[in-house]
Amino acid sequence: MKALSRLGDDARRDLTLGALTLILFGAVTFAFPGFAAPGSLAALVDDIAILVMLALGQMLVILVRGIDLSVAANLALAGMLAALFNRAFPEAGVAPAIAIAVLAGAAAGACNGLLVWKLKLPPIVVTLGTMSIFRGVIYPLSQGAWINENEMSLGFIAFPRGQFAGLTVLAWLGIAIAAIFILAMRHSRGARAFYAAGGNPGAAAYCGIDAGRIQFLAYTLCGAIAGLCGYLWAARFAVAYTDIALGFELQVIAACLIGGVAIAGGTGTALGVLLGCLFLGIIRNSLPLVGISAFWQLFINGVVIVIAVLMSARQRVHTRSILENRAT
Amino acid sequence: MIARLLRWETMLAAVLVAEFVLFSAVSPYFLSVDTLSDATFNFTERALIALPLALLIIAGEIDISVAAIIALASVAMGVAAAAGVGTPGLACIGIGTGLVAGCINGALVTIGRVPSIVATIGTMTLFRGAAYAILGDRVLKDYPDSFAIFGQGYLVGPISIELALFVLFAILFGMFLHRTRWGRAIYAIGANPVASRFAGISVDRYRFALFALTGVFCGLAAVLLTSRLGSTRPSIAQGWELEIVSIVILGGVSVWGGKGSIPGVVLAALVFGLVTFGLGLMNVPGIVMSIFTGALLVLVVAVPALLARLRSSS
Repeated sequence: MKALSRLGDDARRDLTLGALTLILFGAVTFAFPGFAAPGSLAALVDDIAILVMLALGQMLVILVRGIDLSVAANLALAGMLAALFNRAFPEAGVAPAIAIAVLAGAAAGACNGLLVWKLKLPPIVVTLGTMSIFRGVIYPLSQGAWINENEMSLGFIAFPRGQFAGLTVLAWLGIAIAAIFILAMRHSRGARAFYAAGGNPGAAAYCGIDAGRIQFLAYTLCGAIAGLCGYLWAARFAVAYTDIALGFELQVIAACLIGGVAIAGGTGTALGVLLGCLFLGIIRNSLPLVGISAFWQLFINGVVIVIAVLMSARQRVHTRSILENRAT
Repeated sequence: MIARLLRWETMLAAVLVAEFVLFSAVSPYFLSVDTLSDATFNFTERALIALPLALLIIAGEIDISVAAIIALASVAMGVAAAAGVGTPGLACIGIGTGLVAGCINGALVTIGRVPSIVATIGTMTLFRGAAYAILGDRVLKDYPDSFAIFGQGYLVGPISIELALFVLFAILFGMFLHRTRWGRAIYAIGANPVASRFAGISVDRYRFALFALTGVFCGLAAVLLTSRLGSTRPSIAQGWELEIVSIVILGGVSVWGGKGSIPGVVLAALVFGLVTFGLGLMNVPGIVMSIFTGALLVLVVAVPALLARLRSSS
């Protein structure tokens, strides 16, 4: 116990969540041994890759005291733009389509960022508004039609599904981005600025960190990731229409909250968010095994979020900030 | 400050007049009693929730689970109706479900110490999830015939029961917020909760009561909406949280708490209802209308901030 209490708050929280995830995984595997088969695990990683990327982007925004409710709408818009481009220029290949999706996502995120940074508007109001704007714009762009598999070029669809060392390219992308985040959020000076700007903007300003600019950066990066995921979503499911990923922002935010990212800003680790996604993913993929209808997924997510936020609120009563904690 | 508030409400009134002029010019059918009576159904249910939500936002909190509470209450009523419960019982079940859901939100925020955004994101998922878990892809429509009275009945002439309820509650909420000690306390809590606590206001009790009140009105709106539609799907009232929050913010209520008025919210509800009705008359599809609602919400907060910025820099 003594060794445990000597760990930092972050490490202790990640350890607890890791243990819970392992217990959940163990319980499911115990009941259904097939769950731990390599094929099933590969499917699990492929399934949560998009959630992991989006949740890591969202983490940046929540770290700087914001929230981005528009990620799923942004994803759908970028996915539609990529699919429209692919339909118009099927020979252009997949790279320009991905570039368009990422740029469109980043631009949409930058809009959120500018409104929050320059006009000091409340993030929840801004992103609630842009959420319905982004989603609404898809309709006139696509004339309300679906873009189906037969209208997409082979390369466009094949890229995220390509196999490499037993996993899909989509899964590898998720792993790579998670690895970058875990390393960078801990060791890079630029990434530490997100913690500083969210934890104590006043103190950050004295250290030469412009909290507003960091907020802008967070929304833009979150948007760029949403854009990339827009292409990946459209290609993986081979369809683009107005309602793709409708309501997915709640799962993304849920993964962050379960992962220990505090809505007050400044607290949360990439590893925790990854574990949060894994936790949700294991639940989602084991529901059909246990024989529970997919309609229960949302309810179970709700229960998990409420428990997670209650627990993290209780923690915060005891330890108010980094400085006080280190002093005791 | 009072002059400022007045100016916001005069602006809304001017927009309302402009809408009337515009739509009666565009459509010859607009300026008739029947059309206008129909148009009120476009906002009465949402506006009923906007009243307590305005109080909640003035007190510095927010509830984005409102639409999910409607869904849960509607499902509860649908299940009860299938079991043969009569009309008065159904109304009680709808409002009761709203009350319980509101109390859960209130308990999370006051006892659980969870920030209200996070708490209501969680319960939004929870309530909507419960509606889906219970109903799946089924539709419930075993409502007794007399149940239709709430959403389809008229009090006198073209004045529907929904509209009469809204007018009644708008007056009650206006009196409560602007004429009573409790109303003043809500402003104080929104402006500075810590100072309010030291001034002897039981802040948490107010917060809990406001969440419960919002829940009750979501239940009431669920009764009206379900009665009007005559059926329940788990996706009922999807996306309404955006529209209801938009009405409150458009009404001049500050998202930072401590500012706002009931006349403003009532005017905003009228403006909002007429715009969506007018766009509907012009055959604009619902999803395109959402561009408009979203832009309206962003503009309403962005324009004053932009003006303040320009004024301070010049």
